[in-house]
Amino acid sequence: MFPISEAAAEEYSKITRTRINVGFSGTGAGFEKFCRGDINISDASRPIKDSEIEACARKGIDDIVELQVAIDALTIVVNPSNDFLDCLTVQQLHDLFSGKAEKWSEINPNWPDRDAKLFYPGTDSGTFDYFVEEIIEKVDENAFHTGDGTPSEDDNVLALGIRNEDNAIGYLGFAYFLEAGKSLKAVAIDGGEGCVEPKFETALDGTYSPLSRPLFIYTRESLLADHPNDPTLSFIEFYLTSTETLVPEVGYVTMPDDLLQAQLDKIEPFLSPE
Amino acid sequence: MQGEHIEPVDLRATGAVARRQAFSRLSRYLLLAMSLLGVATLVVLGYITIDDGAGRIDLDFLTNYPSRFADQAGLRSSALGTIWILGTTIVLAIPVAVGTAIWIEEFAPKNALLTFVKLNIANLAGVPSIIYGILGLAMFVRFADLGPSILAGALTLTLMIIPMTVIASQEAIKQVPPSLREGSLAVGATQWQTVWSHVLPSALPGIITGVILSISRAAGETAALIMIGAFSFIAFDHSLNPAEALQDDFTTIPIQIYNWTIRPQEAFRQNAAAAIILLMIAVFTLNLTAAVIRERFRRTY
Repeated sequence: MFPISEAAAEEYSKITRTRINVGFSGTGAGFEKFCRGDINISDASRPIKDSEIEACARKGIDDIVELQVAIDALTIVVNPSNDFLDCLTVQQLHDLFSGKAEKWSEINPNWPDRDAKLFYPGTDSGTFDYFVEEIIEKVDENAFHTGDGTPSEDDNVLALGIRNEDNAIGYLGFAYFLEAGKSLKAVAIDGGEGCVEPKFETALDGTYSPLSRPLFIYTRESLLADHPNDPTLSFIEFYLTSTETLVPEVGYVTMPDDLLQAQLDKIEPFLSPE
Repeated sequence: MQGEHIEPVDLRATGAVARRQAFSRLSRYLLLAMSLLGVATLVVLGYITIDDGAGRIDLDFLTNYPSRFADQAGLRSSALGTIWILGTTIVLAIPVAVGTAIWIEEFAPKNALLTFVKLNIANLAGVPSIIYGILGLAMFVRFADLGPSILAGALTLTLMIIPMTVIASQEAIKQVPPSLREGSLAVGATQWQTVWSHVLPSALPGIITGVILSISRAAGETAALIMIGAFSFIAFDHSLNPAEALQDDFTTIPIQIYNWTIRPQEAFRQNAAAAIILLMIAVFTLNLTAAVIRERFRRTY
């Protein structure tokens, strides 16, 4: 998420000479700051949780605006030496990451009788939350994400770990898979309608489901309404209209036009009539 | 007697003595190996870093703001932020730390309170920096409502380095021989005059060394500053007027390095390596200065 907002801030401050500062944290920590009023815009690689909306409301922040800015294909990757794994069903993925299956052979009897080594992002990241919701809780609401593996807040560490471990499987942002090239192998996902590989096209048309995920920015109506004194509205308008060029530059997927228009419609009422 | 053959005497030790001597020789090589291990790690790390990053260092790298394009990104805002943070930290920390050390060594009555204070300082010196970050976030950023500003960052680092600066200064003051104080007091100087004119000048090289080493630690600090909410992307120069600059948001070189290392693109990691080289040069220069000052102003008694 950070690279997209950095790109928008970089271009916007070049054009307008306005100070737009971008900080870095997990999605959860970002919302915490946002709800304290420390920051005007909070990036999120998952939708805001009900518990976070309540926490915000308790601090008097009850005018939250959600704007989607991009799409990311959450990518399941394995070691390139792995020759048996090309496609996983959501159920198989669920079994591995909820701890129900420990060996490859437990999710498919034709696969080796070896332990799968799991790599996943840290619990503060939106990537982790999104995976838990889509793969763990939607399949079985009483299941939990396993703690038996290697977590890291740094996707590069995950990529490195998976590259060095023959029986590794993990998930990370599409940009990291793109950059890793042949040192990682992406696994197609079967969400019920056949195996779909993670690609710009499949993320954009929505067939890479359920792991193509929306990326958001959150702000407040009161900040948007206060536009003569506050650059938030002007920055967000610039951000949305620039996503088409900026988002692919940093390795994420742009939204389809109608989705972008829907976001622009949300800030339309705040823009001055002239 | 002529022609009589004299057996040469074998002076080599035998038995238990020989074993002790062998062990002694062995220990020398063992200890050498241990120190080489540390140096070798440093050399390997240094080589990898220089190999990765040296090609990225040029004037643009120093004068550009951060960017989403690795080849256009630079250290301008993070280097300025580092200078402001360290400068402010020095101004805030030195009087408090050196003052505390002088009080403990020269003025404080040797009682339970002093023991308590000294114990606390020793303990605080071992507290992980992230804890100071949490303290700084609660005290300066939120309670004092300074926001994640240069002043809040510098105050946090000030708290962090005071304990070790106090301890280093105490050690330096302890090195000043009592005869110097006694001589000064004997000719009628007050206690303060003695401290100011005799103890401090003698202890100064040691104090400066301690201060510079603490500053080196502050220069590389990341966790505490990220904790207080320091930004990663800053694209403006701080005002030269401290009253304005101290309220500015900021970023520092270690934060920039951290941010670059977690990017997917390899080119950003080269940027990080280049920034590490520059930061290492800066810290090395600081440490060298400390060594030079120590040697130049050393007084022997």
